[in-house]
Amino acid sequence: MTLLLILRRSLRQHALSTTITALSIALAGGLLMSVWVVKEQSQTAFTQVNTGFDAVLGARGSKLQLVLNAIFHLEASPGNLEAKDYEFIRRHPAVKRAIPIAVGDNLRGYRIVGTVPELFTDVEYAPGKKFSFAVGKLFNPAANEAVVGSFVARKLGLRVGDVFHPFHGLTYDEQNQHAETYRVTGVLAPSGTPADKVVWIPLNGLQTMSGHDARAADELSAVLIQLRSPSAGFMLDLMYNKQGNRLTFAYPIGAIMAELFGKIGWFDKVLTLIAYLVALVSAAGVLVAIYNSMAARRRDIAILRALGAGRGLLFGAIVLEAATIGAIGMIAAFGVYLAIATAVAAVIRAQTGVLLDPFARNAIMLWAPLGMIALCALCGLLPAWKAYRTDVAENLAPVS
Amino acid sequence: MPPLLFISSLRKTFVAPDGAKRTIVDVPEFALDAGQQVAVRGESGSGKTTFLHLIAGILAADAGSIRIGERDMAALNEHARDRLRAESIGYIFQTFNLLQGYTCLENVMLGMAFGRGADRAHAAAMLERVGLSHRLRDRPRQLSTGQQQRVAVARALASRPRLVLADEPTGNLDHRNARESLALIRETCRENGAALLLVSHDPGVLGAFEHVHDFAEINRAMKEAAS
Repeated sequence: MTLLLILRRSLRQHALSTTITALSIALAGGLLMSVWVVKEQSQTAFTQVNTGFDAVLGARGSKLQLVLNAIFHLEASPGNLEAKDYEFIRRHPAVKRAIPIAVGDNLRGYRIVGTVPELFTDVEYAPGKKFSFAVGKLFNPAANEAVVGSFVARKLGLRVGDVFHPFHGLTYDEQNQHAETYRVTGVLAPSGTPADKVVWIPLNGLQTMSGHDARAADELSAVLIQLRSPSAGFMLDLMYNKQGNRLTFAYPIGAIMAELFGKIGWFDKVLTLIAYLVALVSAAGVLVAIYNSMAARRRDIAILRALGAGRGLLFGAIVLEAATIGAIGMIAAFGVYLAIATAVAAVIRAQTGVLLDPFARNAIMLWAPLGMIALCALCGLLPAWKAYRTDVAENLAPVS
Repeated sequence: MPPLLFISSLRKTFVAPDGAKRTIVDVPEFALDAGQQVAVRGESGSGKTTFLHLIAGILAADAGSIRIGERDMAALNEHARDRLRAESIGYIFQTFNLLQGYTCLENVMLGMAFGRGADRAHAAAMLERVGLSHRLRDRPRQLSTGQQQRVAVARALASRPRLVLADEPTGNLDHRNARESLALIRETCRENGAALLLVSHDPGVLGAFEHVHDFAEINRAMKEAAS
């Protein structure tokens, strides 16, 4: 109880430096947890989100570009493939389902993708989960109708019955407006997948859009594939990538995305290192703050010692104070973490459609606070040692 | 009945900045009975504070014995000296040495916290005894000098010590407050059965005591320095 009283009063007496130091701990801890969680969750999300497909078939080029374009709706299409290629893969005995997509237009910056109704009626984008409609219904494949992803609907304020003009290209340019109009028939319920940031129209609609090359009207951007067995993927990989030279078969999707993270792994490491350094610097701030206040504390320490307080107790009080500043800072760090992680998750969602959950449990939520508190306590050792060595008689002036 | 405080052959030497050793305290013998009130007269710089610090165990003696009841303060290690001080000795300082970040009540509670343990009710009763029951939650700086001294008295006696050491306790007070404060110290010591050893150079204070010793007579180091 006495220790707690000394701790409470000391924190209060040095309230300004306590607050500033705790805030720096909060920022450092929040940053550390954000970097960690965003890194882990985005890696998991990008390597596991495959929207229910095992592979992508597309024009000859980079597998990564193909996956980013067809699954994540990022990057430009590496090129087109012919209708007969789609027919071939669709009928291949190793293939369970093949969904063609065509890209090339946008609605105010959000990608318009042409596809077939089966994507919404048959495909499970995650085990046991099919796309569902928040409002409305699926487009009629023979009509100029559209289904809008939840994120796009919210961002563009689209509702069932709204009519829009598509724009040519993947980037929005108001000069490139197509003559056709499309009517929104449904808004998808949020799926946490890249599909949320897409405007879906019938495949034929995109292929035959005015201004598109009529000779390529039956061509596709990619085919999303569900395989009957994993071994089929390796067989098709051999057939398209090793033996053929016209098309690219991107399989398995997760491994291709993991390769991307492998390539940018250094960036993660740098970011994590910076977060560690910030944590270290802010913990050192505890040391500096308490150490600098030792001159002012010396008299109080001498008085407490004169009242019978042992050196060990006062040593412990300083270490406990440092740890408490760390603890206060780390409690606030959760607020900082939520602010940063929520903002980053919103950016990632807007850019990729992938959903991160800042509230999801992560081991860092336990070991970052514990580690930071321990580090602060460690930083309290030096001022505590100074308190331990305080000369009582010398600091109980005046001497008569 | 043996005296409460019995000092024999007590010696404390400091090393001066020039490297020379200077003996500040050299007391062949000094005794104080339980409940007795004794004043020691001494000028500034005569080593009175060092003498009290040695008795309180704040400083370690180089040689000799300081028996307080059954225990010899001079023979104890620092931890044990802290314990004995916390349990048996109350100390009143010239500058009061109150903890400015704590309330008056907390200051008094800390006076007993390291000995028998903090007792809020007893601390409040002590403050009531010195006439400060209405200032429990105030900080020392919110009090007048005389009131601060009263808090210091309450704190020194809060742990029910057997011995109270007072180092120029009225040195910072005006004449009226000094008189009142001295009376309070003596009364409360009497009420609590504590012996009082007070050092001062103020004739007004010393005149109030029946037993007054000259520190120069007690401390041989002063005689040697003077000769």
